[in-house]
Amino acid sequence: MEYLIGIQGQDFVLVAADNVAASSIIQMKHDYDKMFKLSEKILLLCVGEAGDTVQFAEYIQKNVQLYKMRNGYELSPAAAANFTRKNLADYLRSRTPYHVNLLLAGYDDTDGPGLYYMDHLSSLAKAPFAAHGYGKRFILNLPSFTVRLIDKEGIHDLEKLTLGAK
Amino acid sequence: MALEDVCSFKERSVQHKWFSFSSLGDAAIPFPMSDHYNLRYSRLETSENNCGVPLHFFIPPLPHSSSFIKRPLSSFCPPKNSMTVQRPFRLAHGTTTLGFIFQGGVIAAADTRASAGGLVACPAVHKITPIHSHLVVTSSGSGADCMLWERILIREIRLYQLRHGHRLSIRATAKLLSSMLHPFKGTEMCVALTLCGWDNGPKLIYVCSDGARLQGDVFSVGSGSPYAYGVLDRELRWSLSKGEAISLAREAVFRATHRDAYSGNNVDLFHITAQGWSQRKREDLKEEYYRDKEKKGKKKNDKLK
Repeated sequence: MEYLIGIQGQDFVLVAADNVAASSIIQMKHDYDKMFKLSEKILLLCVGEAGDTVQFAEYIQKNVQLYKMRNGYELSPAAAANFTRKNLADYLRSRTPYHVNLLLAGYDDTDGPGLYYMDHLSSLAKAPFAAHGYGKRFILNLPSFTVRLIDKEGIHDLEKLTLGAK
Repeated sequence: MALEDVCSFKERSVQHKWFSFSSLGDAAIPFPMSDHYNLRYSRLETSENNCGVPLHFFIPPLPHSSSFIKRPLSSFCPPKNSMTVQRPFRLAHGTTTLGFIFQGGVIAAADTRASAGGLVACPAVHKITPIHSHLVVTSSGSGADCMLWERILIREIRLYQLRHGHRLSIRATAKLLSSMLHPFKGTEMCVALTLCGWDNGPKLIYVCSDGARLQGDVFSVGSGSPYAYGVLDRELRWSLSKGEAISLAREAVFRATHRDAYSGNNVDLFHITAQGWSQRKREDLKEEYYRDKEKKGKKKNDKLK
């Protein structure tokens, strides 16, 4: 199953994606890149149905670049995310919806880093951390960890680990 | 086909009988669908009904297909007086094709069996077709669809070459093919082609009617592909000699045809280099089977001694 993960920090966004392109039970490629560069500071990560991913992601990519050519400045990550969501929503109730799940990660010079979660039903959420795939079930359960250490001396309490704004 | 297009010939009377695919609203298709390389706007208007597919693709109205739930065909509702076409047998996609890159170029190999369910419809089919001097395509999926799309691809590549004076690169060919197949996504068309060719280096690209387009070093497609991958993954290296690569490809197809019921009969082998493609004589795998059996028998006897 395809996996995307993104974590937003103080002044960065960290994203990762798996490298497998599979066709039912066969791994056809081990080095497949699922990230699409929309502009100098925006990345779009795209997983989902075989042809839809590349077609949709390239369509968004070319339109973002076209905006820059026409207007002389780049779209902000928030604008790019909303544009992507609008396109997904427009095709959702057509005969050919795009079955894709996306993460958009960007850095805006005024607003700072931003991570946007979008899914195939064209929902959009700006989140401090997000994932797609089976990994989603693991990362979304991480508000905080209680940590204890067990060694030959017994059980020790360690500092609580928290993730995200608290 | 070519002449019809040049003359912008449209058979308007036929459109009443068949539900023309090209007359569906273009709203859902995000690409400018017209004759691909023609930039003159006057031509664009006259061929606006052409969804980028070189012929007027009149598909007979299909009964509501429930296998693709995401793409409801309910808007394909046929007019009441039209007839639906029933298929007499289940479409099957049995084949073993493979392609890989090594230091001496690209090898493309395939079996030659065309199966229709449990019947061997034809034992001597050509699953590898040359497109031009430096590109061959191996086909898998529905035989009729593959033959048609190979022909369309040959036509489009040749037209590009005539119009622009140079040959389209293999990556661009794959992208063109993928765009042409996109309108048929969600229908029952099944085409999985591997383009094996040479342009400034060996290229191997897999294109599928689902929309996938992958460039890689080794691909095997079809019902026999897991068996072929098993043999290929073990022995395949960049540094193989030409003879070793050919015998590896033969061995992979042979093992796949041995275990897969829907692959068999003969093996076709093409070798593509900077000088173009060359075809090896078609080999009957029945003889290979008996040779292999004899070799194993001899080994067993040697061990017993």
